[in-house]
Amino acid sequence: MVSMAWNDKTIRWAIIGFALLAAAGWLLPTWILNNVMFGLARGLAVLGLLVLWRTGLVSFGHALYFGLGAYAVALLEKYGGVTDVFLKFGAAIIVAGVFGFLLGFVLRNYRAIFFAMLSLAFSMVLYGVLVKMEVLGSTDGFSVTQNTILGWKPDGKYPLFCFIVLTCVIALSAVQLYLKSALGHLTTAIRDNELRVEYLGYSVARAIHVKYLASACLAGAAGGAMAMALGQVDPDSMVNWTVSGELVFITIMSGAGSVVAPFIGAIVFEFIRTYAFELAPQAWQLIVGGTLLAIIFFLPGGIWSLLEKPWAKGEADNG
Amino acid sequence: MADTPILSVRDLNKSFSGIVAANNINVDVAPGEIVGIIGANGAGKTVFVNMITGYLKPSSGTIQFNGKDITGIEPRDATHEGVCRSFQISQVFMTMSVRENLLIALAIARESGTAMLLPVDHPDLTDECERLMAVYKIDQYADSTVSTLSQGIRKLLDIAMAVVANPKVLLLDEPTSGVSVEEKFGIMDIVMSALKEKGTAVLFVEHDMEIVERYVHRVLAFYQGEVICDAPPDEALLDPKVIEFVIGTDYHSGGAQTEAADA
Repeated sequence: MVSMAWNDKTIRWAIIGFALLAAAGWLLPTWILNNVMFGLARGLAVLGLLVLWRTGLVSFGHALYFGLGAYAVALLEKYGGVTDVFLKFGAAIIVAGVFGFLLGFVLRNYRAIFFAMLSLAFSMVLYGVLVKMEVLGSTDGFSVTQNTILGWKPDGKYPLFCFIVLTCVIALSAVQLYLKSALGHLTTAIRDNELRVEYLGYSVARAIHVKYLASACLAGAAGGAMAMALGQVDPDSMVNWTVSGELVFITIMSGAGSVVAPFIGAIVFEFIRTYAFELAPQAWQLIVGGTLLAIIFFLPGGIWSLLEKPWAKGEADNG
Repeated sequence: MADTPILSVRDLNKSFSGIVAANNINVDVAPGEIVGIIGANGAGKTVFVNMITGYLKPSSGTIQFNGKDITGIEPRDATHEGVCRSFQISQVFMTMSVRENLLIALAIARESGTAMLLPVDHPDLTDECERLMAVYKIDQYADSTVSTLSQGIRKLLDIAMAVVANPKVLLLDEPTSGVSVEEKFGIMDIVMSALKEKGTAVLFVEHDMEIVERYVHRVLAFYQGEVICDAPPDEALLDPKVIEFVIGTDYHSGGAQTEAADA
């Protein structure tokens, strides 16, 4: 499996790129380190949306799993006293995965706008529950301040940054191998022709369920990583529909051409938002929205389309 | 019929809001038999194919395959049982290459979860894929995106994808529709020679009587949801009912020989 991964050009370059990023993180000022961490965390969720998008499905409700992951981390720390990032991160994935698995039985029967809006409805149910329940932090949420790594309590956020980078590399590699497998190729096949997939003998509903579960786990991981990186969870920043909207926004901005694209897009998004807020605190959404419009009109393949040609040329030259 | 039927249809009926699309159909098909299904548009041919392959549930009646009741099963379960089909309008993955289409079909046909997790370009799959493309003479289009190819090539790909699961019964819904006159016999020659080796029973819907005469052992003629004739082609095409309701009188007088039923 390791050699299969290393033989893949995308994974090989991603490992090198992320290793350089991890090394550069040592030198980066805290605000940039934070922005990159937030971007990488969101990138995990967008990676999940990419899998769905390639199947022709758009989810406007992945904040549900993002929030479940984030709250799993916060609640485990608050009520369980758990501070280990591996345990908290594992819990985030498991909680999101369990919900994704159960809701997948419903969502796999829907397509297009019905799939998108049903996802949104489920996420808003969670939002409503969170804001109404004091035991879940209500509108204020919780702090997530204690992060230890296998018993070691590090100073600063750099170790957490490295942990998130490592997580992104593993997730990216796993998704890349999945997309190259026959099961992964079903993403495009289902988008093209569900009837033929059924007549080949494979259940489209089951294939969509698997993809939905994978995307839920990735969004849960993203939420868990974001909670630890941000140090705070609350309904508005983790579960509200605007969070789902941001994830779809980044997916469009990134493009679906590569598993690397979500991370590039998400980091770019964080910096656009930061500078937009700096430039126009009362109208930063205008700048972010304008950016998306520009990308839709001039770069319909997303940011990745800028890199796609040099990448393909490199492949041809090597091949 | 000497052989035990591989497919046995009894008292099959289907109606849509009171409109009868299949009326008391009884058919047996032997292993390796080639059956042509003819009839005017709306006669119930495709409804019959759709019921056998699980796309439509019959209102009543039974379908037995190899002694097992498969009435009303899901399409993918029909495929697993060994009943596969192609379509009047080719059902292929249009944005993918010919090779990718077949590789996915082959991976699914392996019927194991691990085959689905293998890279789609794994030698286990690619070797078989190359062989199939050669048999169906589509290897020169291996890397072409399907949407750029002619109807004839798409039809061959559609049929090649239907046979990767090694069906015992294959239903072809108008395999030459939308295909140029020059391509028709070429396509049928390729398909029939490939299937003959495997001993697959084939039922194909066809409007072109020259193709029916040349390739089938038996003809099922449909009219208003009923089988009005079940006989070898030389008998069936002379049957008065078939002449009146399906092929028309012009056929035997050397007039419109093809697409007679569409007129």
